Amino acid sequence: MVKKLSFFLFMKGIRMATLLVAICFIFFLLVKNSPIDPVQAYIGADMLNVGPEQRAKIAAYWGLDQPVGVQFMNWGSAILSGDLGTSMIYRRPVADIIGERFINSLVLMLTAWVLSGVIGFILGVVAAMKKGTWLDRLIKGYCYTLASTPTFWMGLLVLIVFAVWLKWFPVGMGVPAGVLAEDVTLLDRIKHLILPAITLSILGVANVALHTRQKMIDVLQSDYILFARARGERGIVLFWRHGLRNVALPAITLQFAAFSELFGGAVLAEQVFSYPGLGQATVEAGVRGDVPLLLGLVIFSTLFVFIGNLIADLIYLVLDPRMRGGNRYAFYSRRKK
Amino acid sequence: MSILEVKNLSVSFKQYTTGMKQKELQVISDLNVNLEAGKILAVVGASGSGKSLLAHAILGVLPSNAKISGSMTYAGEELTYSRKIALRGKEIALVPQSVNYLDPLMKVGKQVRTSVRSGDPARKQKEAFERYHLTQKVEELYPFQLSGGMARRTLLSTAVVSGAKVIIADEPTPGLDPAVMKEALRHFRELADSGCAVMLITHDIDSALSIADEIAVFYAGTTVEIAPVADFTGKGEALRHPYSKALWQALPQNEFIPLPGTQPHASSLPPGCLFEPRCPWATAACRKGRPDMRELREGTVRCIHAT
Repeated sequence: MVKKLSFFLFMKGIRMATLLVAICFIFFLLVKNSPIDPVQAYIGADMLNVGPEQRAKIAAYWGLDQPVGVQFMNWGSAILSGDLGTSMIYRRPVADIIGERFINSLVLMLTAWVLSGVIGFILGVVAAMKKGTWLDRLIKGYCYTLASTPTFWMGLLVLIVFAVWLKWFPVGMGVPAGVLAEDVTLLDRIKHLILPAITLSILGVANVALHTRQKMIDVLQSDYILFARARGERGIVLFWRHGLRNVALPAITLQFAAFSELFGGAVLAEQVFSYPGLGQATVEAGVRGDVPLLLGLVIFSTLFVFIGNLIADLIYLVLDPRMRGGNRYAFYSRRKK
Repeated sequence: MSILEVKNLSVSFKQYTTGMKQKELQVISDLNVNLEAGKILAVVGASGSGKSLLAHAILGVLPSNAKISGSMTYAGEELTYSRKIALRGKEIALVPQSVNYLDPLMKVGKQVRTSVRSGDPARKQKEAFERYHLTQKVEELYPFQLSGGMARRTLLSTAVVSGAKVIIADEPTPGLDPAVMKEALRHFRELADSGCAVMLITHDIDSALSIADEIAVFYAGTTVEIAPVADFTGKGEALRHPYSKALWQALPQNEFIPLPGTQPHASSLPPGCLFEPRCPWATAACRKGRPDMRELREGTVRCIHAT
């Protein structure tokens, strides 16, 4: 088991390394060929005061006059030594900004992730158990509506209803405006977190609920549920013993594999709510041509999604005996030894 | 003395055809069987003749779009749906077809223990495993790790530990090599000899003949004949129904003559006797209506011409 697991992790490590190199290279080429001029992005509005010679000097200082390959190697070796560069908009190391923004986003994404997972799972199970009834149709209709709703539109709707009309929550941002940083309370932060988290989780629910519903229907129609019923099991005991585990495993896996959607959703939700997280930083970096920050974010989001998928795979490997136990004749080979 | 009696059982399914049109699909019609304590009744017939559905109907585990009519009695009392729920797994146990009927994520020892209805589950499970030569390590295995024979004995253990008096075995032998199959069949004989009533559903007439007391022949969702095992001999002269005779004669070790035609599908049942379109004895009278089951020479038959 340990041997198998370490081999699995080793292979995944290699895969991650190749993925990162490929992503970095493609992204580097894209940025190189984009209309973003790093010198202009760096200098910004003072561009008029900078002459062509000065521009050339800055470009030479950064190595922009060298061939693309050399530039990539320069950048790559800096990354490998842990230096992600300095953000042009914030004038601070990229790693610091990502770290700080990630904490904000993590709270948001984690809340949304847990909420959508739990609510989606329950809705899916209930819909499947009551398949064909009005309750099932209601849940299904709700999920289909949600699944076809764009995140930003949902965000705006939530904003209008809860922030503008009902005035229950602040309109946006991570902390109240006009308050000193040290005066911001935890309650303030939570209040600002609720609407974006709700937006993000409402949309995540549909995915989990519909998948869980389908899986639960399959499980309920399975031979082993029929046999369990024939042995006199029913109701909650039947669900607890044979339904839950068989449905929970794919649901949990799905939820971890949905990290990419979570990140993508966070980008839009944070933008709508002006919430200072990773997503908003990504949009800023893109719009204002902050190449170092954008590159740092690409690497970070790649890692984030990759780790989500890795956890999903690991859960299967650890929890599902069919994956863990190896082959069908494990019993015999073990006995021979 | 019969313990479980099924009389004129009919099962139909509601099906949506085109659009919202509903259609009743009659899959079992006027079926009769009778289980007696200490005896094995083998139910034989081609695929789709309603054998498994009969088992599911007795246990009350048919899908929700199924409609059943007719009467079932257990120990002399009407077997209602609520009584089925109370009795299944306790008095009436199922031995299913394959390892797919075990929960893939639960160790088999635990699955056997959850079938115990009275007494100490751990002890009963160990006794059953010992009885069927399953080592202690098997308890800790998951269904996918079992070999065909081990799976068979594990499934049988679930029925044995429940202490049920009626055991319904649904195709318990396919895919087993002759030695393992013989052993599996012997287990059913032992159960019957210890006082259980066993219904053995199979399409393997040979294995049915080797252990059963009576054979019920199914065709297109009904019983055409119930005969003592001894009648399945020679050229089938002692058999009553033309289908039983044809089935017997089609066996390789007998005449090896196949019967032309196929069993009608539930959606296109003939109006009269269900076997009439393929029957060598068919007359105009056979098309007039479904014949009733009638007693004939120690057995029962559903044919107006049988002698």
